[in-house]
Amino acid sequence: MDQRSKKLRKTVVDIIAVERRGHFGPAMSSIEILRVLFDNFLQFRPSEPEWDDRDRFILSKGHGCLSLYSILEDKGFFSKEELLTFCKPDSPFGGHPDRGKVLGVEASTGALGHGLPIGVGMALAATIKQKSYRVVVLTGDGELNEGSVWEAALSAAKHKLSNLTVMIDYNKFQSYGQTSEVLDLEPLADKWRSFGFAVEEVDGHNVKELEELTARLPLDQNKPSAIICHTIKGKGFDFTEAKIEWHHKSKISDEELNAMYEYL
Amino acid sequence: MRNTCLNEVHRLAKQNKNILFIGSDLGAGTLASMKEEMPDRFFMEGISEQHIIGMSAGLAMEGFIPYVNSIAPFLTRRCYEQVLVDLCLHDLPVRLIGNGGGVVYAPLGPTHLAVEDIAILRAIPNMTIVAPCDAEEMLRLMPKTVDWPHPIYIRLAKGGDKVVSQSDLGFEIGKAILIRPPKDGLFVTTGVMTQKALEASEQLSKVGIECGVLHMHTVKPLDHAALEDLIPGVKAVVTVEEHFRIGGLGSAVLELCSDLIPEHTSKITRIGIPDRFADKYGTQESLLQHWDITIDSIKNAMLQKLKVS
Repeated sequence: MDQRSKKLRKTVVDIIAVERRGHFGPAMSSIEILRVLFDNFLQFRPSEPEWDDRDRFILSKGHGCLSLYSILEDKGFFSKEELLTFCKPDSPFGGHPDRGKVLGVEASTGALGHGLPIGVGMALAATIKQKSYRVVVLTGDGELNEGSVWEAALSAAKHKLSNLTVMIDYNKFQSYGQTSEVLDLEPLADKWRSFGFAVEEVDGHNVKELEELTARLPLDQNKPSAIICHTIKGKGFDFTEAKIEWHHKSKISDEELNAMYEYL
Repeated sequence: MRNTCLNEVHRLAKQNKNILFIGSDLGAGTLASMKEEMPDRFFMEGISEQHIIGMSAGLAMEGFIPYVNSIAPFLTRRCYEQVLVDLCLHDLPVRLIGNGGGVVYAPLGPTHLAVEDIAILRAIPNMTIVAPCDAEEMLRLMPKTVDWPHPIYIRLAKGGDKVVSQSDLGFEIGKAILIRPPKDGLFVTTGVMTQKALEASEQLSKVGIECGVLHMHTVKPLDHAALEDLIPGVKAVVTVEEHFRIGGLGSAVLELCSDLIPEHTSKITRIGIPDRFADKYGTQESLLQHWDITIDSIKNAMLQKLKVS
């Protein structure tokens, strides 16, 4: 793991150290995805968050917001000091991201299955207004249990929204256990293909692969794109990787925090 | 009323390029002229109400004013979380046009009735709920919806409803209309129940009892000022709605009285649908009779309340 991925993870650890709780696993699985999107792909202006031509990014798996907060802070949307008020009564930074409170957040999410329908609306708006901005929606894997995701997928394909990309953080776990056991998604790539998407799969922690793949977007000029990112829940520390108890962790101990800081 | 409403969407869309129409799976030919004239602003998205609400939120975030049309129960309870989170939490100017508010679809049974729509939507911050009483009032409502900065639910009646609204009384969202001035009693109504209350008040007038009719076309935000002004001056208040007695207009009026003028709360009687699923088919009118929501029962409720006041 390079220094940049460590730096973004360290911010997440700094945040959870405040209240000793948070959705840790789903944040750590999405660090590299967000890093590559914000470093290499998305066009945005932190000093002008509502710049009309910015690309739109929706974190549909709102519970993974710690990684989004980390990259937005890194890009200068707000300060680290502000971010460390996480979940305090007057903090803008809650356990799910709020569009009205946090600069850079395009949609308030948390309830699952909402991001892709909203993203379809935004992408459709771009086509009606003949704007060139692109829309990226990051979903969880457990989130794909929601029927609304597939309603939106039908619609995205119908409208040939090549300006829309859905990225799936496929860390193979949801709250109760493995996705393969709770509600199996496989064959996942075939599902997206059959719904009319151009599909690629990638190691969601391999920065170079992610960079190369996002540089090829859209994957098809007449279809929306789906990128299935194979990831590891809690990626970064041997005692959190693929550990269901780190999906949402409370009462995080000094020892656990120290072990994280030692590695980072 | 429905045709008037949809034709207005088309007319307003000619004037405002941000207005667009989204249907689910409406009847063949719905707004065909709009589809032909402005195909980039007409969408028929299929039986996918959860998605449609989210999509309309995304469009509204980008500056559009989507008018979304489906059958009322599927536009409210089917996608309740999307209405709450996507529209109301973000406070977006999306307009929900619900066909068949109340028991219009009586022959189709309880799955197609919208008799809890006001209750569930009224519980959401930022939501606006409007139930016009006739097609002419719909004509006055629609232009006002364009610039209203919040989500709106427009509850449609059956259509062909008797015209009782009066253009000289005007129309503002959130401002109740006093169609008939009160003396002894006051009916507070919404939607097409205003017709029944007007007829009841005319019949009562013939026996010397003068009752006013306050048409509460906007159930949320409720016109506090009108109620605070009128209720203290009458002996009895009867609310009438084509909706469950739980959570609708009557509940809203009672809550307001309890909060602001509690000494007048005992004047209020609520007429509405009892707490059980429809167990009959028939017609809108026969179902209302089955639940004793008739001109006679409205009159009797007022007479009874006036006696004990």
